[in-house]
Amino acid sequence: MKLLKHSPVSAKIGMGIIVFNILIAIFAPVIAPYGETKIVGDVWESFSGTFYLGTDHIGRDLFTRMVYGARNTIALAFLTTFLSFIFGSVLGFLAAVKGRWVDQILSRIIDIIMSFPTLIFALMILSVLGSSIPVLIFTIAILDSTRVFRLSRAVAMDIAVLDFVEAAKLRGERTWWIMREEILPNALPPLVAEFGLRFCFVFLFIASLSFLGLGIQPPLADWGGMVRENAGAITFGIFTPLIPASAIAILTVGVNLVVDWFLHIASGLQD
Amino acid sequence: MKNVLTLIVKRCGASLATVLVISMIIFIGVEMLPGDVAETVLGQSATPETVDAFRKELKLDLPPHIRYGAWLSDFVQGNFGTSLANGRPVSELIGWRLSNTLFLAVCTSVIAIPLALSLGMLAAFYRNSLFDKVISSTTLSFISFPEFFIAYILIAILSVQFDLLPSLSIIDGNMSLLQKIHTILLPALTLTCVVTAHMMRQTRAAIINVLASAYIEMAEIKGIKRLRIIMHHAFPNSLSPVINVVAVNMAYLVVGVVIVEVVFVYPGLGQLLVDSVAKRDLPVVQASGLIFSLVYISLNLAADILSMLSNPRLKHSKS
Repeated sequence: MKLLKHSPVSAKIGMGIIVFNILIAIFAPVIAPYGETKIVGDVWESFSGTFYLGTDHIGRDLFTRMVYGARNTIALAFLTTFLSFIFGSVLGFLAAVKGRWVDQILSRIIDIIMSFPTLIFALMILSVLGSSIPVLIFTIAILDSTRVFRLSRAVAMDIAVLDFVEAAKLRGERTWWIMREEILPNALPPLVAEFGLRFCFVFLFIASLSFLGLGIQPPLADWGGMVRENAGAITFGIFTPLIPASAIAILTVGVNLVVDWFLHIASGLQD
Repeated sequence: MKNVLTLIVKRCGASLATVLVISMIIFIGVEMLPGDVAETVLGQSATPETVDAFRKELKLDLPPHIRYGAWLSDFVQGNFGTSLANGRPVSELIGWRLSNTLFLAVCTSVIAIPLALSLGMLAAFYRNSLFDKVISSTTLSFISFPEFFIAYILIAILSVQFDLLPSLSIIDGNMSLLQKIHTILLPALTLTCVVTAHMMRQTRAAIINVLASAYIEMAEIKGIKRLRIIMHHAFPNSLSPVINVVAVNMAYLVVGVVIVEVVFVYPGLGQLLVDSVAKRDLPVVQASGLIFSLVYISLNLAADILSMLSNPRLKHSKS
């Protein structure tokens, strides 16, 4: 709590943005004045008392769509990042603890996946399997877990040579136990900061895919998709597509600000 | 010099192996699909006999490893098969679009690389000043923005408010070079914003890193002007990381064009890839995906080789 009070302004702004978004995502049905997919007005109406942010390309309330969009987009990105961390850190710890051929094989596979542009890889998988939410989550989680693997392997490598891990190995503890009880608690701080960064990446990635029309499918509200749907408005001087786009930008900046602060504390620097 | 050569040869070998594995992944991915091309093309009304005959014609009756070999050798010779969506040869679809994408990438790098390098040097020169802080925070926010956000802001300002540039970049073969450049200036500017941020931050970091070393301090003590120190002492020595980041960003550019092309309806390879994914036109996806990864991997390879060559420590080391 004391730490929170002494955090710099930038980190406070970042936390404010995150908390605000999470609250909106959780209480979406309470906040939203209309139904998620309900057509309530004319096409691209401007801001008014009935429609706080105007209406979208087929006359749905944009404010409602934004609120539900927060829920869908953030929940999906969070779930994907979480999965990617489970894959990445389990494999990374395993490579570090087992060493030798396990490490060699895992590292080479990861190298190959990482040498392939992520967006292209995702597009190819989606073209083969079709775009559905489970496919989306698993594809992005697996592609993203490569970076988590690199980090957690590097961190765990440093821990795995310490005496208490050696002692646990000599006691005959199983690999899984060593990973969970000895490595994980010591590797946590850098992994938490990485979680923020990975979340940003995944969030932007899902938004981009939705923007390309290959992510979350309509009529579900989602910020990237909403930019795509309303893109035509911009040439008429209507700024509707900028609203969801700036929501994406603001949340990413917010998370980045908090991660910066966290890295600053973790590195032990004082200003 | 000899060990640099060994390193380069090793690095090339690794890239070649990666390309092979990726081509295998692409091939297997398509193999895993339920049904095959013959059924998809002929539709459900086709008799089993026609499907069989067509399969023979497409050599689908052969075992997978032989077909993989045939597919790969076809690909190397520029024969990418035919599109499922409109029956035209894929190479015909891709050729023009690939040149458009490369044109956009080249135009962007002509703007972005000098801009990023000079901004980076200036920020390192005046570090911790107001200028440095403004530049750093602007580029930092560009990194966290999605590409389409930057694109639509630029459209809103430059094309809707001031009507300077067209908001759609539709080009055709009959346009003159100048007209083409005018048409694609907006997507090029968008991409510039995205890559300049990365390149500028790396340049700044690399130069500041070198500025901390002893010979720079020596030069300062000798009373050499700061600009001369940066141009003559710091910049050549930070060239290796800078070249590396430029090439890596070029690689990013080739892939990053996908979204920008969709925003501006630019007829490039990225747009074709996205359309084909939506239509599940697999031969086109296969070919354009493999081309994208080839370009990406070779630019990354170039980045590594160039930074090896420009690193004086590697050049002169004996062992």
